[in-house]
Amino acid sequence: MTIPADLKYTESHEWIRTEPDGTLTIGITDHAQDALGDLVFIELPEVGRTVSAKENCVVLESVKAASDAYAPVAGEIIAVNTPLTDSPETLNSEPYESWLFKLKPAADSTTGGLLNASDYAISIGET
Amino acid sequence: MPDVLKRTPLFAAHQSAGAKLVDFGGWEMPLHYGSQIDEHHAVRRNAGMFDVSHMRAVEVHGAGAPAFLRYAVANNIDKLATKGRALYSCMLNHDGGVIDDLIIYFLTPTHYRLVVNAGTAEKDIAWLEALRLKGAYEVVLTPRNDVAMIAVQGPQARRIVGEMLPEAAATIAAMKPFNSVTVGELFVACTGYTGEDGFEMIVPAEQAVMFWEKLQVAGVSPCGLGARDTLRLEAGMNLYGQDMTDLTSPLESGLAWTVDLKTERDFVGRKALQAKPVAMQMVGLVLKAPGVLRAHQVIHTTKGTGEITSGTFSPTLSQSIALARIPVGIAVGDSVQAEVRGKQLECLVVKIPFVRNGQSLI
Repeated sequence: MTIPADLKYTESHEWIRTEPDGTLTIGITDHAQDALGDLVFIELPEVGRTVSAKENCVVLESVKAASDAYAPVAGEIIAVNTPLTDSPETLNSEPYESWLFKLKPAADSTTGGLLNASDYAISIGET
Repeated sequence: MPDVLKRTPLFAAHQSAGAKLVDFGGWEMPLHYGSQIDEHHAVRRNAGMFDVSHMRAVEVHGAGAPAFLRYAVANNIDKLATKGRALYSCMLNHDGGVIDDLIIYFLTPTHYRLVVNAGTAEKDIAWLEALRLKGAYEVVLTPRNDVAMIAVQGPQARRIVGEMLPEAAATIAAMKPFNSVTVGELFVACTGYTGEDGFEMIVPAEQAVMFWEKLQVAGVSPCGLGARDTLRLEAGMNLYGQDMTDLTSPLESGLAWTVDLKTERDFVGRKALQAKPVAMQMVGLVLKAPGVLRAHQVIHTTKGTGEITSGTFSPTLSQSIALARIPVGIAVGDSVQAEVRGKQLECLVVKIPFVRNGQSLI
Protein backbone atom coordinates (compact mmCIF):
# COMPACT_ATOMS: atom_id res chain seq x y z
CA MET A 1 0.00 0.00 0.00
CA THR A 2 1.21 3.48 -0.86
CA ILE A 3 1.35 6.02 1.98
CA PRO A 4 2.88 9.30 0.68
CA ALA A 5 5.16 10.88 3.28
CA ASP A 6 4.04 14.46 2.59
CA LEU A 7 0.39 13.90 3.59
CA LYS A 8 -1.39 13.69 6.95
CA TYR A 9 -3.84 10.93 7.82
CA THR A 10 -6.76 10.00 10.07
CA GLU A 11 -7.52 6.71 11.74
CA SER A 12 -10.66 6.59 9.59
CA HIS A 13 -8.40 6.40 6.50
CA GLU A 14 -8.64 9.90 5.05
CA TRP A 15 -5.52 11.59 3.68
CA ILE A 16 -5.12 15.38 4.14
CA ARG A 17 -2.96 17.76 2.17
CA THR A 18 -2.40 21.24 3.58
CA GLU A 19 -2.37 23.75 0.71
CA PRO A 20 -0.18 26.92 0.74
CA ASP A 21 -3.26 29.04 1.51
CA GLY A 22 -4.02 26.95 4.62
CA THR A 23 -7.01 25.09 3.16
CA LEU A 24 -7.12 21.28 3.31
CA THR A 25 -7.64 18.79 0.47
CA ILE A 26 -9.11 15.46 1.59
CA GLY A 27 -9.34 12.00 0.02
CA ILE A 28 -9.25 8.38 1.13
CA THR A 29 -6.11 6.28 1.35
CA ASP A 30 -4.88 3.45 -0.82
CA HIS A 31 -5.57 1.12 2.10
CA ALA A 32 -9.18 2.37 2.29
CA GLN A 33 -9.89 1.94 -1.42
CA ASP A 34 -8.38 -1.54 -1.32
CA ALA A 35 -10.55 -2.54 1.63
CA LEU A 36 -13.70 -1.16 -0.01
CA GLY A 37 -13.14 -2.82 -3.39
CA ASP A 38 -14.47 -1.46 -6.69
CA LEU A 39 -16.20 1.87 -6.03
CA VAL A 40 -19.45 2.43 -7.90
CA PHE A 41 -21.11 5.45 -6.30
CA ILE A 42 -19.85 8.60 -4.56
CA GLU A 43 -22.07 11.26 -3.00
CA LEU A 44 -20.22 14.49 -2.23
CA PRO A 45 -21.30 17.19 0.24
CA GLU A 46 -22.67 20.56 -0.81
CA VAL A 47 -20.20 23.41 -1.16
CA GLY A 48 -20.71 25.89 1.64
CA ARG A 49 -21.71 23.29 4.22
CA THR A 50 -20.19 23.73 7.66
CA VAL A 51 -18.96 20.51 9.20
CA SER A 52 -17.58 19.54 12.56
CA ALA A 53 -14.57 17.30 13.10
CA LYS A 54 -15.31 13.61 12.37
CA GLU A 55 -18.66 14.48 10.78
CA ASN A 56 -19.49 12.18 7.90
CA CYS A 57 -19.77 14.16 4.70
CA VAL A 58 -19.13 11.74 1.82
CA VAL A 59 -20.98 8.51 0.97
CA LEU A 60 -18.78 5.90 -0.70
CA GLU A 61 -20.44 2.79 -2.09
CA SER A 62 -18.43 -0.09 -3.48
CA VAL A 63 -19.82 -3.27 -5.00
CA LYS A 64 -19.29 -4.76 -1.57
CA ALA A 65 -20.42 -2.19 1.00
CA ALA A 66 -21.35 1.36 1.86
CA SER A 67 -18.94 3.55 3.77
CA ASP A 68 -18.44 7.19 4.75
CA ALA A 69 -15.60 9.65 4.61
CA TYR A 70 -15.30 12.15 7.43
CA ALA A 71 -14.17 15.73 7.88
CA PRO A 72 -10.73 15.56 9.56
CA VAL A 73 -11.28 18.90 11.33
CA ALA A 74 -14.13 21.39 11.66
CA GLY A 75 -14.58 23.88 8.84
CA GLU A 76 -16.41 24.83 5.70
CA ILE A 77 -16.57 22.78 2.49
CA ILE A 78 -15.20 25.08 -0.20
CA ALA A 79 -14.94 22.70 -3.18
CA VAL A 80 -15.88 19.15 -4.18
CA ASN A 81 -14.43 16.92 -6.91
CA THR A 82 -17.62 16.60 -8.97
CA PRO A 83 -16.06 14.74 -11.96
CA LEU A 84 -15.29 11.87 -9.58
CA THR A 85 -19.01 11.05 -9.25
CA ASP A 86 -19.04 10.10 -12.94
CA SER A 87 -15.97 7.85 -12.64
CA PRO A 88 -15.82 6.45 -9.09
CA GLU A 89 -13.38 3.76 -10.29
CA THR A 90 -10.58 6.36 -10.58
CA LEU A 91 -10.60 6.46 -6.79
CA ASN A 92 -9.46 2.82 -6.88
CA SER A 93 -6.71 3.39 -9.43
CA GLU A 94 -5.49 6.81 -8.20
CA PRO A 95 -6.50 7.28 -4.57
CA TYR A 96 -4.13 10.19 -3.95
CA GLU A 97 -5.10 12.12 -7.10
CA SER A 98 -8.82 11.51 -6.52
CA TRP A 99 -9.53 14.11 -3.86
CA LEU A 100 -13.08 14.28 -2.49
CA PHE A 101 -13.45 17.77 -1.04
CA LYS A 102 -11.57 20.86 0.09
CA LEU A 103 -12.08 22.31 3.51
CA LYS A 104 -11.40 25.76 4.98
CA PRO A 105 -10.59 24.93 8.60
CA ALA A 106 -12.52 26.79 11.27
CA ALA A 107 -10.50 29.41 13.13
CA ASP A 108 -10.25 27.31 16.29
CA SER A 109 -9.58 23.97 14.59
CA THR A 110 -6.17 22.31 14.52
CA THR A 111 -4.51 19.64 12.42
CA GLY A 112 -2.32 18.70 15.37
CA GLY A 113 -4.29 15.51 16.02
CA LEU A 114 -3.71 14.08 12.54
CA LEU A 115 -1.34 11.19 11.94
CA ASN A 116 1.85 11.42 9.94
CA ALA A 117 2.64 8.77 7.32
CA SER A 118 4.61 6.47 9.62
CA ASP A 119 1.99 6.58 12.38
CA TYR A 120 -0.73 5.85 9.85
CA ALA A 121 1.30 2.90 8.54
CA ILE A 122 1.47 1.56 12.09
CA SER A 123 -2.27 2.08 12.59
CA ILE A 124 -3.05 -0.16 9.59
CA GLY A 125 -0.42 -2.73 10.53
CA GLU A 126 2.01 -1.84 7.73
CA THR A 127 5.46 -1.28 9.14
CA MET B 1 -17.20 -18.94 13.68
CA PRO B 2 -14.47 -21.58 13.66
CA ASP B 3 -10.96 -20.48 14.61
CA VAL B 4 -9.35 -22.31 11.74
CA LEU B 5 -10.86 -21.76 8.31
CA LYS B 6 -11.08 -24.67 5.92
CA ARG B 7 -9.16 -24.48 2.66
CA THR B 8 -9.88 -26.03 -0.72
CA PRO B 9 -7.29 -27.89 -2.84
CA LEU B 10 -6.94 -24.65 -4.86
CA PHE B 11 -6.07 -22.46 -1.88
CA ALA B 12 -2.36 -22.12 -2.74
CA ALA B 13 -3.25 -21.19 -6.32
CA HIS B 14 -5.55 -18.40 -5.07
CA GLN B 15 -2.92 -17.14 -2.69
CA SER B 16 -0.18 -17.00 -5.31
CA ALA B 17 -2.60 -15.23 -7.71
CA GLY B 18 -2.92 -12.45 -5.12
CA ALA B 19 -6.52 -13.17 -4.20
CA LYS B 20 -8.14 -11.19 -1.42
CA LEU B 21 -9.29 -14.01 0.88
CA VAL B 22 -12.37 -13.93 3.11
CA ASP B 23 -14.27 -16.23 5.45
CA PHE B 24 -17.24 -17.70 3.63
CA GLY B 25 -19.23 -20.32 5.50
CA GLY B 26 -16.12 -21.34 7.46
CA TRP B 27 -13.95 -21.53 4.34
CA GLU B 28 -11.09 -19.22 3.38
CA MET B 29 -12.14 -18.27 -0.14
CA PRO B 30 -11.15 -15.68 -2.77
CA LEU B 31 -13.35 -12.55 -2.78
CA HIS B 32 -11.58 -11.23 -5.88
CA TYR B 33 -8.18 -11.33 -7.56
CA GLY B 34 -7.92 -7.58 -8.14
CA SER B 35 -11.17 -6.21 -9.54
CA GLN B 36 -14.53 -7.79 -8.85
CA ILE B 37 -16.09 -5.81 -11.70
CA ASP B 38 -13.51 -6.98 -14.26
CA GLU B 39 -14.17 -10.58 -13.16
CA HIS B 40 -17.91 -10.04 -13.56
CA HIS B 41 -17.46 -8.77 -17.12
CA ALA B 42 -15.09 -11.66 -17.94
CA VAL B 43 -17.95 -14.10 -17.25
CA ARG B 44 -20.54 -12.09 -19.21
CA ARG B 45 -18.23 -11.53 -22.21
CA ASN B 46 -15.73 -14.39 -22.33
CA ALA B 47 -15.21 -17.04 -19.63
CA GLY B 48 -14.50 -17.06 -15.91
CA MET B 49 -13.91 -19.80 -13.37
CA PHE B 50 -14.82 -20.13 -9.72
CA ASP B 51 -13.44 -22.46 -7.10
CA VAL B 52 -16.66 -23.88 -5.64
CA SER B 53 -14.97 -26.75 -3.78
CA HIS B 54 -16.45 -25.43 -0.55
CA MET B 55 -19.83 -26.73 -1.70
CA ARG B 56 -20.40 -30.33 -0.65
CA ALA B 57 -21.21 -33.26 -2.89
CA VAL B 58 -23.17 -36.00 -1.12
CA GLU B 59 -23.74 -39.39 -2.77
CA VAL B 60 -27.07 -41.08 -2.15
CA HIS B 61 -26.71 -44.79 -2.89
CA GLY B 62 -29.24 -47.58 -2.49
CA ALA B 63 -32.48 -49.14 -3.66
CA GLY B 64 -34.39 -46.72 -1.46
CA ALA B 65 -32.81 -43.60 -3.01
CA PRO B 66 -35.79 -42.51 -5.18
CA ALA B 67 -38.33 -42.97 -2.34
CA PHE B 68 -36.03 -41.19 0.09
CA LEU B 69 -35.52 -38.16 -2.16
CA ARG B 70 -39.23 -38.00 -3.10
CA TYR B 71 -39.89 -37.42 0.59
CA ALA B 72 -36.83 -35.34 1.49
CA VAL B 73 -37.00 -32.55 -1.11
CA ALA B 74 -39.74 -30.20 -2.35
CA ASN B 75 -39.18 -30.59 -6.09
CA ASN B 76 -40.07 -33.92 -7.67
CA ILE B 77 -37.16 -36.16 -8.65
CA ASP B 78 -39.52 -38.09 -10.93
CA LYS B 79 -38.95 -35.18 -13.35
CA LEU B 80 -35.47 -36.66 -13.87
CA ALA B 81 -36.35 -38.85 -16.85
CA THR B 82 -32.90 -39.70 -18.16
CA LYS B 83 -29.53 -40.44 -16.59
CA GLY B 84 -27.41 -37.36 -16.03
CA ARG B 85 -30.38 -35.01 -15.64
CA ALA B 86 -30.23 -32.43 -12.84
CA LEU B 87 -32.92 -30.83 -10.70
CA TYR B 88 -32.84 -27.70 -8.57
CA SER B 89 -34.80 -28.05 -5.34
CA CYS B 90 -35.30 -26.79 -1.83
CA MET B 91 -35.07 -29.07 1.16
CA LEU B 92 -37.70 -27.96 3.67
CA ASN B 93 -38.21 -28.42 7.38
CA HIS B 94 -41.56 -29.52 8.81
CA ASP B 95 -42.66 -25.89 9.11
CA GLY B 96 -42.07 -25.33 5.40
CA GLY B 97 -38.91 -23.24 5.94
CA VAL B 98 -35.92 -23.76 3.68
CA ILE B 99 -33.10 -25.86 5.20
CA ASP B 100 -31.05 -25.47 2.03
CA ASP B 101 -31.27 -25.31 -1.74
CA LEU B 102 -29.44 -27.94 -3.71
CA ILE B 103 -28.96 -29.62 -7.06
CA ILE B 104 -29.78 -33.30 -7.43
CA TYR B 105 -28.14 -35.28 -10.23
CA PHE B 106 -29.74 -38.54 -11.37
CA LEU B 107 -26.92 -40.96 -12.13
CA THR B 108 -28.65 -44.36 -11.83
CA PRO B 109 -31.92 -45.47 -10.18
CA THR B 110 -29.83 -46.42 -7.13
CA HIS B 111 -27.42 -43.49 -7.20
CA TYR B 112 -28.17 -39.78 -6.98
CA ARG B 113 -25.65 -37.03 -6.26
CA LEU B 114 -26.57 -33.97 -4.24
CA VAL B 115 -24.57 -30.74 -4.20
CA VAL B 116 -25.37 -28.56 -1.20
CA ASN B 117 -24.14 -25.21 0.12
CA ALA B 118 -20.91 -24.87 2.10
CA GLY B 119 -22.25 -23.22 5.22
CA THR B 120 -25.18 -25.61 5.55
CA ALA B 121 -23.48 -28.89 4.61
CA GLU B 122 -23.18 -30.32 8.12
CA LYS B 123 -26.73 -29.29 9.02
CA ASP B 124 -28.04 -30.85 5.77
CA ILE B 125 -26.23 -34.13 6.27
CA ALA B 126 -27.46 -34.44 9.86
CA TRP B 127 -31.02 -33.67 8.74
CA LEU B 128 -30.90 -36.20 5.88
CA GLU B 129 -29.44 -38.87 8.18
CA ALA B 130 -32.27 -38.28 10.66
CA LEU B 131 -34.89 -38.57 7.90
CA ARG B 132 -33.24 -41.76 6.66
CA LEU B 133 -33.26 -43.34 10.10
CA LYS B 134 -36.81 -42.30 10.92
CA GLY B 135 -38.21 -43.65 7.65
CA ALA B 136 -35.90 -46.70 7.60
CA TYR B 137 -34.94 -45.90 4.01
CA GLU B 138 -32.55 -48.24 2.32
CA VAL B 139 -29.94 -45.61 1.44
CA VAL B 140 -26.37 -44.77 2.31
CA LEU B 141 -25.29 -41.12 2.37
CA THR B 142 -21.65 -40.44 1.56
CA PRO B 143 -20.36 -36.87 1.82
CA ARG B 144 -17.39 -36.42 -0.50
CA ASN B 145 -14.21 -34.96 0.96
CA ASP B 146 -11.95 -36.14 -1.84
CA VAL B 147 -13.07 -33.88 -4.66
CA ALA B 148 -12.77 -30.30 -5.84
CA MET B 149 -15.37 -28.37 -7.83
CA ILE B 150 -14.68 -25.78 -10.50
CA ALA B 151 -17.41 -23.77 -12.24
CA VAL B 152 -16.47 -22.51 -15.72
CA GLN B 153 -18.99 -19.94 -16.89
CA GLY B 154 -19.43 -17.59 -19.83
CA PRO B 155 -20.04 -17.56 -23.59
CA GLN B 156 -16.64 -19.20 -24.26
CA ALA B 157 -16.96 -21.83 -21.49
CA ARG B 158 -18.44 -24.55 -23.69
CA ARG B 159 -15.74 -24.27 -26.33
CA ILE B 160 -12.92 -24.24 -23.77
CA VAL B 161 -14.22 -27.12 -21.63
CA GLY B 162 -14.82 -29.15 -24.80
CA GLU B 163 -11.26 -28.56 -26.00
CA MET B 164 -9.91 -29.57 -22.61
CA LEU B 165 -11.78 -32.89 -22.61
CA PRO B 166 -11.43 -34.19 -26.19
CA GLU B 167 -12.82 -37.62 -25.20
CA ALA B 168 -16.13 -35.95 -24.26
CA ALA B 169 -16.06 -33.05 -26.72
CA ALA B 170 -19.14 -34.10 -28.70
CA THR B 171 -21.22 -34.69 -25.55
CA ILE B 172 -20.17 -31.35 -24.09
CA ALA B 173 -20.87 -29.50 -27.35
CA ALA B 174 -24.42 -30.89 -27.39
CA MET B 175 -25.21 -30.84 -23.68
CA LYS B 176 -28.37 -28.99 -22.69
CA PRO B 177 -28.74 -27.11 -19.38
CA PHE B 178 -29.36 -29.32 -16.36
CA ASN B 179 -27.66 -32.35 -17.85
CA SER B 180 -24.37 -33.96 -16.87
CA VAL B 181 -21.87 -36.56 -17.97
CA THR B 182 -19.31 -38.66 -16.15
CA VAL B 183 -15.95 -38.83 -17.97
CA GLY B 184 -13.65 -41.24 -16.13
CA GLU B 185 -12.99 -39.62 -12.75
CA LEU B 186 -14.55 -36.33 -13.86
CA PHE B 187 -18.12 -35.21 -13.57
CA VAL B 188 -19.21 -32.39 -15.89
CA ALA B 189 -22.62 -30.75 -15.46
CA CYS B 190 -24.23 -28.00 -17.51
CA THR B 191 -25.23 -25.97 -14.46
CA GLY B 192 -24.09 -22.75 -12.86
CA TYR B 193 -24.92 -19.68 -10.84
CA THR B 194 -24.29 -16.84 -13.28
CA GLY B 195 -27.03 -16.79 -15.92
CA GLU B 196 -24.47 -17.69 -18.59
CA ASP B 197 -23.78 -20.90 -20.43
CA GLY B 198 -21.24 -23.00 -18.59
CA PHE B 199 -20.30 -26.08 -16.63
CA GLU B 200 -19.64 -27.20 -13.10
CA MET B 201 -16.95 -29.85 -12.89
CA ILE B 202 -16.23 -32.21 -10.03
CA VAL B 203 -12.63 -33.40 -10.19
CA PRO B 204 -10.43 -35.51 -7.91
CA ALA B 205 -8.84 -33.17 -5.34
CA GLU B 206 -5.32 -33.95 -6.51
CA GLN B 207 -6.15 -32.92 -10.10
CA ALA B 208 -7.76 -29.59 -9.18
CA VAL B 209 -4.65 -27.43 -9.63
CA MET B 210 -3.87 -29.05 -12.97
CA PHE B 211 -7.36 -28.27 -14.30
CA TRP B 212 -7.32 -24.76 -12.87
CA GLU B 213 -4.00 -24.00 -14.59
CA LYS B 214 -5.12 -25.54 -17.90
CA LEU B 215 -8.26 -23.42 -17.85
CA GLN B 216 -6.26 -20.31 -17.11
CA VAL B 217 -3.90 -21.02 -20.02
CA ALA B 218 -7.01 -21.46 -22.21
CA GLY B 219 -8.05 -17.89 -21.35
CA VAL B 220 -10.47 -18.43 -18.48
CA SER B 221 -10.24 -15.67 -15.82
CA PRO B 222 -10.18 -16.70 -12.15
CA CYS B 223 -13.17 -15.08 -10.43
CA GLY B 224 -13.98 -14.68 -6.76
CA LEU B 225 -17.08 -14.75 -4.62
CA GLY B 226 -17.66 -11.03 -5.18
CA ALA B 227 -18.29 -11.48 -8.90
CA ARG B 228 -20.19 -14.68 -8.18
CA ASP B 229 -22.63 -12.67 -6.07
CA THR B 230 -23.23 -9.86 -8.61
CA LEU B 231 -23.59 -12.42 -11.42
CA ARG B 232 -26.12 -14.55 -9.57
CA LEU B 233 -28.11 -11.51 -8.51
CA GLU B 234 -28.29 -10.21 -12.09
CA ALA B 235 -29.41 -13.73 -13.04
CA GLY B 236 -32.15 -13.51 -10.40
CA MET B 237 -30.88 -16.49 -8.43
CA ASN B 238 -31.38 -16.72 -4.68
CA LEU B 239 -28.57 -16.99 -2.16
CA TYR B 240 -29.28 -19.32 0.73
CA GLY B 241 -29.13 -17.60 4.13
CA GLN B 242 -29.94 -14.26 2.56
CA ASP B 243 -32.90 -14.58 0.17
CA MET B 244 -34.32 -17.62 1.94
CA THR B 245 -33.69 -19.25 5.31
CA ASP B 246 -35.08 -21.84 7.73
CA LEU B 247 -37.77 -19.28 8.56
CA THR B 248 -38.97 -18.35 5.07
CA SER B 249 -41.32 -20.22 2.78
CA PRO B 250 -40.10 -21.05 -0.72
CA LEU B 251 -43.50 -19.77 -1.89
CA GLU B 252 -42.57 -16.33 -0.55
CA SER B 253 -39.00 -16.55 -1.90
CA GLY B 254 -39.62 -16.70 -5.65
CA LEU B 255 -39.20 -20.49 -5.58
CA ALA B 256 -42.78 -21.71 -6.13
CA TRP B 257 -41.65 -23.12 -9.48
CA THR B 258 -39.38 -25.55 -7.61
CA VAL B 259 -42.09 -26.83 -5.24
CA ASP B 260 -44.10 -29.63 -6.76
CA LEU B 261 -47.66 -29.44 -5.43
CA LYS B 262 -49.23 -30.91 -8.58
CA THR B 263 -48.72 -34.54 -7.63
CA GLU B 264 -50.08 -36.18 -4.46
CA ARG B 265 -46.57 -36.97 -3.27
CA ASP B 266 -46.00 -36.30 0.42
CA PHE B 267 -42.78 -34.45 1.19
CA VAL B 268 -41.34 -32.74 4.22
CA GLY B 269 -42.91 -29.30 4.66
CA ARG B 270 -45.83 -29.85 2.25
CA LYS B 271 -48.59 -29.72 4.88
CA ALA B 272 -47.17 -26.57 6.43
CA LEU B 273 -46.87 -24.86 3.05
CA GLN B 274 -50.44 -25.67 2.11
CA ALA B 275 -51.80 -24.56 5.48
CA LYS B 276 -50.31 -21.09 5.32
CA PRO B 277 -51.61 -18.31 3.04
CA VAL B 278 -48.98 -16.69 0.86
CA ALA B 279 -48.73 -13.04 1.94
CA MET B 280 -45.40 -12.03 0.46
CA GLN B 281 -43.69 -12.31 -2.90
CA MET B 282 -40.15 -12.00 -4.19
CA VAL B 283 -39.65 -9.32 -6.83
CA GLY B 284 -36.82 -7.64 -8.67
CA LEU B 285 -36.15 -3.96 -8.05
CA VAL B 286 -34.26 -1.44 -10.13
CA LEU B 287 -33.18 1.77 -8.40
CA LYS B 288 -34.02 4.77 -10.54
CA ALA B 289 -31.84 7.25 -8.60
CA PRO B 290 -28.07 7.03 -8.07
CA GLY B 291 -27.04 4.94 -5.06
CA VAL B 292 -26.84 1.27 -4.13
CA LEU B 293 -29.59 -0.95 -2.70
CA ARG B 294 -28.42 -3.28 0.09
CA ALA B 295 -29.84 -6.25 1.97
CA HIS B 296 -32.21 -5.39 4.87
CA GLN B 297 -33.23 -1.96 3.58
CA VAL B 298 -36.95 -1.40 4.11
CA ILE B 299 -39.28 -1.17 1.11
CA HIS B 300 -42.49 0.86 1.32
CA THR B 301 -45.37 -0.12 -0.95
CA THR B 302 -49.06 0.74 -1.18
CA LYS B 303 -49.78 -2.71 0.34
CA GLY B 304 -47.40 -2.45 3.28
CA THR B 305 -43.69 -2.79 3.92
CA GLY B 306 -41.17 -5.32 2.73
CA GLU B 307 -37.42 -5.82 2.80
CA ILE B 308 -34.53 -6.13 0.39
CA THR B 309 -32.95 -9.57 0.73
CA SER B 310 -30.03 -9.00 -1.68
CA GLY B 311 -28.95 -5.73 -3.25
CA THR B 312 -25.95 -4.62 -5.22
CA PHE B 313 -24.64 -2.50 -8.04
CA SER B 314 -25.14 -4.36 -11.31
CA PRO B 315 -21.98 -4.10 -13.43
CA THR B 316 -23.87 -5.16 -16.56
CA LEU B 317 -26.70 -2.64 -16.16
CA SER B 318 -24.60 0.09 -14.46
CA GLN B 319 -27.32 0.69 -11.89
CA SER B 320 -28.40 -0.80 -8.62
CA ILE B 321 -30.66 -3.86 -8.52
CA ALA B 322 -32.14 -5.94 -5.72
CA LEU B 323 -34.28 -8.89 -4.77
CA ALA B 324 -36.94 -7.89 -2.27
CA ARG B 325 -39.67 -9.67 -0.33
CA ILE B 326 -42.74 -7.43 -0.47
CA PRO B 327 -46.50 -7.88 0.04
CA VAL B 328 -48.48 -9.64 -2.69
CA GLY B 329 -50.61 -7.33 -4.83
CA ILE B 330 -47.70 -5.20 -6.04
CA ALA B 331 -47.06 -5.92 -9.70
CA VAL B 332 -44.28 -5.59 -12.25
CA GLY B 333 -44.19 -1.98 -13.42
CA ASP B 334 -45.27 -0.56 -10.05
CA SER B 335 -43.11 1.91 -8.14
CA VAL B 336 -42.00 1.30 -4.55
CA GLN B 337 -39.79 3.29 -2.20
CA ALA B 338 -36.54 2.00 -0.73
CA GLU B 339 -35.24 3.48 2.49
CA VAL B 340 -31.57 4.14 1.72
CA ARG B 341 -29.49 5.93 4.34
CA GLY B 342 -32.42 7.97 5.62
CA LYS B 343 -33.78 8.83 2.17
CA GLN B 344 -36.72 7.35 0.29
CA LEU B 345 -35.58 6.36 -3.21
CA GLU B 346 -37.91 5.28 -5.98
CA CYS B 347 -37.52 1.75 -7.36
CA LEU B 348 -39.26 0.06 -10.25
CA VAL B 349 -40.60 -3.48 -9.74
CA VAL B 350 -39.29 -5.66 -12.58
CA LYS B 351 -39.43 -9.27 -13.67
CA ILE B 352 -36.59 -11.53 -12.56
CA PRO B 353 -34.00 -12.22 -14.02
CA PHE B 354 -32.34 -8.90 -14.79
CA VAL B 355 -29.71 -10.33 -17.15
CA ARG B 356 -29.46 -13.57 -19.12
CA ASN B 357 -26.69 -14.63 -21.52
CA GLY B 358 -25.06 -11.23 -21.43
CA GLN B 359 -28.26 -9.36 -22.34
CA SER B 360 -30.28 -6.97 -20.19
CA LEU B 361 -33.88 -8.12 -19.77
CA ILE B 362 -35.18 -4.99 -18.07
